Amino acid sequence: MRFLFKTDYEDDIRLFPHSGYVVSYGILLALLLIAPYVLSSYLMSQLVFVCIYATVGVALMILTGFTGQASLGHAAFLAIGAYTAAYLQKYNVPFPVYFLAAGVLTGCIGALVGFPALRLQGIYLVIATISFAFIVEEILARWESVTNGNEGMRVKTLSLLGVTVPRDSPTFYFLCLAVLVLTIVGTLNLLRSPTGRAFVAIRDSETAARSMGVNVALYKVKSFAISAAITGLAGVLFAHKLSFISPEMFTLQLSIEFIIVILIGGSFSLHGAVLGAIFIVMIDPFLTYLKDDMPGIIAGIAATFGAGPATAGNIQSKVAAFASLNGLKGAIYGIIIVLFVLFEPLGLYGRWLKIKLFFQLFPLYKRATFKRQKIYVKSERNR
Amino acid sequence: MLDFVQQLVSGVALGCVYGLIALGFVLVYKATEVVNFAQGDLMMLGGFFAFTFIGMMGLNYWIGFAGAVAAMALFGMLAERVVVRPILGYPQFSIIMATIGLGYFLRSVAGMVWGTDDFKIDTPFSQGVLRIGSLVLAHDKLSVIAATIILCALLYLFFNKTTLGTAMRASSENMLAAYYMGIPVKRVVSVVWAISAAVATCAGVLLAPITFIHSNVGLVLGLKAFPAAVLGGFGSIPGAVVGGVLIGVIESMAGFYLAEGWKDVAPYIVLLAVLLLKPEGLFGLHVRKKV
Repeated sequence: MRFLFKTDYEDDIRLFPHSGYVVSYGILLALLLIAPYVLSSYLMSQLVFVCIYATVGVALMILTGFTGQASLGHAAFLAIGAYTAAYLQKYNVPFPVYFLAAGVLTGCIGALVGFPALRLQGIYLVIATISFAFIVEEILARWESVTNGNEGMRVKTLSLLGVTVPRDSPTFYFLCLAVLVLTIVGTLNLLRSPTGRAFVAIRDSETAARSMGVNVALYKVKSFAISAAITGLAGVLFAHKLSFISPEMFTLQLSIEFIIVILIGGSFSLHGAVLGAIFIVMIDPFLTYLKDDMPGIIAGIAATFGAGPATAGNIQSKVAAFASLNGLKGAIYGIIIVLFVLFEPLGLYGRWLKIKLFFQLFPLYKRATFKRQKIYVKSERNR
Repeated sequence: MLDFVQQLVSGVALGCVYGLIALGFVLVYKATEVVNFAQGDLMMLGGFFAFTFIGMMGLNYWIGFAGAVAAMALFGMLAERVVVRPILGYPQFSIIMATIGLGYFLRSVAGMVWGTDDFKIDTPFSQGVLRIGSLVLAHDKLSVIAATIILCALLYLFFNKTTLGTAMRASSENMLAAYYMGIPVKRVVSVVWAISAAVATCAGVLLAPITFIHSNVGLVLGLKAFPAAVLGGFGSIPGAVVGGVLIGVIESMAGFYLAEGWKDVAPYIVLLAVLLLKPEGLFGLHVRKKV
């Protein structure tokens, strides 16, 4: 293992702690850059969704993970970004302009949502953001002159500097990847700036932050605005990827999916946002794979353990019937969320940290290193 | 004027259902500081249990009702034991996520077991109407209002006159102090979950004639019950019912007098306004913050 001796502030805020990071991220980036020429078009399309979800995940991580403001309304910000793009496109506005316009508009709306949120905490904030999302959904469905109502809007093919970029092309993927990488680097820089430090201070203790001279209200609104703006940018890409948007795409379900991204990725880090995005996007192909191949595999196992062909066939058809049940995806979602909260609250990235630490400290690893502290004294009302 | 009264009554009836779901939120929140996002789904499951007992097994309405309430009370205890107890005392975000996961699970499993169609329970009140002058009031709506009043009275007596109720109030004030005073806090929390699931079941069964039971009804109504709980102040039992009635009336009036679309957002607009002006709700305690 490598010991990192931090001797001054510059060491503490370095973007890459040591050269190992540069090498491993470099390899990862190289792999991502050659991916479109290797992977199938279906997987490429999933990878684009991973990029978009990860961008939203990073945005939500800024707000929920680093500033401690839970939000269940991010689907609304995504929707505002997507609709801004679709609306401006009708007037032949070039891509860079409406891309930035969507970011600015959602940022402003995010700040407006942030103002009422100043007085709210915990569950009240969650409920307020849910209400905001419902109101936005209803406006999108009713404001027919702009949004075309429930019939939805068609999004034209993206054209960048006079070149058309179809939604399945490698160029579109590179665009999404670039947005994701820029978002991550930007967020890392934000987090080592005074603003980011203030965010983390507010998360850890609002009162302590205030007593250190942090303007809590200002930074909360800033956090909302930044998070919303990034989500709005992701919304533009989302609209182009789907090429058709309608209000029923941006429901509470989607907001919950975004929260699941940071919950399952976990551990209050940007790695977590990306891992969670990979997880949530890949669960669908994985379930399809299970549905197609699992019955055969189980029947094969049964056959090797001495079951006759008739029994094996019977087992195969039963498993197939179970796998094609209607609500299986939702049930698996539910079980996964509950299991993660109960047994792996730090998420996938937390699991990686544990494995890494185990090998680094091999004979001396203590299980209690990552133990969370319980707070039995009443919270919220009496705090 | 007649329309107004008619809308008022149906609003109050709908509001009572919201109030009953909100009551479940508030009971659990008061006892454990846990916000149960699966409350609506418990209601849905209770409705389906009642449907199984009454509609499929052909039991008497009242026996089926009681059976569903008992089954759901046990289920509430089980859910508390498996999902909530291990994470009590952890940040609220984890608990919210755990109950959202539980809700997802219940919704999908109910969809698998009972299918995704609409179901209807025949109740003794389904057909009758009460006529006062030219005012027509359906019995099923009146029964919801009556049942809410009875349930609230029972809960009031339970909390204020019984030892267990006092123990619950004590542990909701301060869990640690109650534990030191010899109150079996874990068992008390189990009972709170049982009661909240039972109340949710009552809401589900009463609702069955008004809006049919299907696997997503819990999500829709559970989210309407949030404004009710917040409006009343999240920790207040009478507040939950009053908030529910207000939300029901607002929704019903908005549906009748305003343009289409207002009906669904009016409760949330009111909620946002309340959160802005009076975040502790109408009946909420105003607690000073200690450092």
